[in-house]
Amino acid sequence: MADGQDPRKLVEVSGLKMHFPIYAGILRKQVGTVKAVDDVTFDIYEGETLGLVGESGCGKSTAGRAILRLYDPTSGSIVIDGKEIAHLEGEALRNLRPTMQMIFQDPQASLNPRMTVGSIIAEPLLEHHAMKPKDRRARVLELMDAVGLNREFASRYPHEFSGGQRQRIGIARALALNPKFIVCDEPIAALDVSIQAQVVNLLEDLQEQFGLTYLFISHDLSMVRHLATRVAVMYLGKIVELAPRDALYADPKHPYTQALLSAVPNPDPDSVPQNRIILNGDVPSPTNPPKGCNFCTRCPKVMDICREKDPAWLDLGQGRYAACHLLEDA
Amino acid sequence: MPDGSEPILDVHDLKTIFRTRDGEVHAVNSVSFSIRPGELLGVVGESGSGKSVTMMSLMGLLPSPPAEVVRGDIRYQGHDVRAMSEAQLRKLRGGDIGFVFQDPMTSLNPVFTVGYQLVEPLRIHLKLSKRAASVRAAELLALVGIPDAAKRLGDFPHQFSGGMRQRVMIAIALACDPKVLIADEPTTALDVTIQAQIIELIKDLRQKLGMAIVWITHDLGVIAEIADRVLVMYGGQIVEHAPVRELFRNPQHPYTRALLETIPRVDGARDARLRSISGQPPSLAAHPASCPFAARCPHAFERCLAENPARRLVSPGHDVACFWDFATGGAHHG
Ligand SMILES: Nc1ncnc2c1ncn2[C@@H]1O[C@H](COP(=O)(O)OP(=O)(O)OP(=O)(O)O)[C@@H](O)[C@H]1O
Ligand SMILES: Nc1ncnc2c1ncn2[C@@H]1O[C@H](COP(=O)(O)OP(=O)(O)OP(=O)(O)O)[C@@H](O)[C@H]1O
Ligand SMILES: [Mg+2]
Ligand SMILES: [Mg+2]
Repeated sequence: MADGQDPRKLVEVSGLKMHFPIYAGILRKQVGTVKAVDDVTFDIYEGETLGLVGESGCGKSTAGRAILRLYDPTSGSIVIDGKEIAHLEGEALRNLRPTMQMIFQDPQASLNPRMTVGSIIAEPLLEHHAMKPKDRRARVLELMDAVGLNREFASRYPHEFSGGQRQRIGIARALALNPKFIVCDEPIAALDVSIQAQVVNLLEDLQEQFGLTYLFISHDLSMVRHLATRVAVMYLGKIVELAPRDALYADPKHPYTQALLSAVPNPDPDSVPQNRIILNGDVPSPTNPPKGCNFCTRCPKVMDICREKDPAWLDLGQGRYAACHLLEDA
Repeated sequence: MPDGSEPILDVHDLKTIFRTRDGEVHAVNSVSFSIRPGELLGVVGESGSGKSVTMMSLMGLLPSPPAEVVRGDIRYQGHDVRAMSEAQLRKLRGGDIGFVFQDPMTSLNPVFTVGYQLVEPLRIHLKLSKRAASVRAAELLALVGIPDAAKRLGDFPHQFSGGMRQRVMIAIALACDPKVLIADEPTTALDVTIQAQIIELIKDLRQKLGMAIVWITHDLGVIAEIADRVLVMYGGQIVEHAPVRELFRNPQHPYTRALLETIPRVDGARDARLRSISGQPPSLAAHPASCPFAARCPHAFERCLAENPARRLVSPGHDVACFWDFATGGAHHG
């Protein structure tokens, strides 16, 4: 993103909620709701990578899926490329699919075990593009090269691959239609560091070449630091902090972000884990979030007001935002 | 580390092949290692290097065909595992030996509730009553940090997040207080704070129960923090084995060195581009007749292309499969 000029917003999410009903008993009566994503607002600029980090189960995948309309959101608005898509259906939605893609967290579950790798990667091409079989074949091999899969494996089935190799099949498939916007859900968690580096470099190259925009969901804070332009931190269905990358890593404002950054293991057996903030207290559930701030049950800096009042989303200047009572009068 | 005690698990010269339509895949070649009670053995290595297949082979978990364990002596507490009947093996798996699989979505059964999948092993292996088993199941889920544990026993796997499914797998593996825990990438889907919690839990169990743990991971930060010893795998073989400090301080295999150089960091200067190891992983189509890393190795010379190096001792407890000698900066003689 060039400084000075206003970058264009490609994705605008506002007030997004994704609640799942919970049913119980023989009559499957609704007994509650899982507030997996609960009022989330953010933008993603064209050509940038927004990192999305946060606790396991806090709603990152659900947010990603809802934005790509793999779910019907409970409420809120999702504007992609100037077009409101939160409530599109049928053909209108299908026509949008090629421009937005997802790399899934669970590679195994998202690959059809009865299809060869070649046909898995070709599937989106078949569905959305009129292409000669010869060209399609060439495109599949090109994609396999791009993600570092041996071309000779095109006729193999997913179970014949290792975990990391399967993840790359999913990446090749997501890239097949030259999408504009990709939600990468833990795309590198299953890979060794060298291949992680290859995939991340590949994602960066593609971004530069085609101006791709990414929402990059990951637990790997060092990779997020490498790849992301800005980073959003989620906790229990809400975004608690959003900041440009360097500012966030140098000076995290929200106590949850501080705890998260302090817990990254250091690849040095002699380093003593320094100042690691251990989170104690009850892990709240998205069915029954606590009163006040969602983090109040575990926050090391909790105050009385935190158990009463939901903190407001504060503009801290220089593109930084956070929701925390500690930051209110500062 | 309880030094000197007998290994609880001892593997010698393991070899596993897949026979596929396109020919053989020699996934695991002459792998030997052992682990003592209370010890934590870290396993790292390239994606596709045979880490998972090695561990699945140990417990007879690979479908045959296409997999065949063609060679190897596997001893659990001195008993020959390969000679065991299917019934004996079933008793061992999920009882004395807990297994956390790499892919939680395929190893959890989508049509059964999470509670059922936790309760079953408790009833089979520990002979608990239905009630006692559900109480214990809820305890286990809470232990791995799942909020509202008792209420979530009735949920199906797809209703859990990726990291929660992974923690369910850990809970199942720990259900029967195993003597050996084999954990294949058990924390890839977890954020660092919950990962830290799981690591504490494992450290605790290790101390209290003397559990032996094999921990496969790509995260060298985790290895540095928890492992006693480390195996490095490449191309279906163990290429280096050393105590954890020694491995990080004094790596002797060119692959290990390259691997340690590729780690990105949260602190310090941010690299413009991440480093990766150039070149392609080896084809596993035949039994290796040369060093599998030779094609990508900056130190390779003729011998590496003609012969597969055996593991040789560098210092007590540290061995490497390489013809190059970093100490002299030349070929190793012998
Ligand atoms: N289909 C569903 N039905 C009911 N609850 C669901 C469903 N999908 C997700 N949830 C719940 O919503 C919450 C958020 O899940 P989500 O998968 O978005 O988390 P996540 O942030 O991606 O976590 P992880 O890092 O572990 O992948 C969890 O409590 C989960 O149990
Ligand atoms: N059913 C199968 N048929 C043929 N080849 C297989 C099969 N399962 C695994 N392989 C091959 O065996 C090799 C070792 O796989 P394995 O799953 O052990 O790798 P890994 O070291 O665990 O990798 P990762 O870190 O990616 O999980 C890989 O090259 C893989 O392609
Ligand atoms: Mg997820
Ligand atoms: Mg594996």
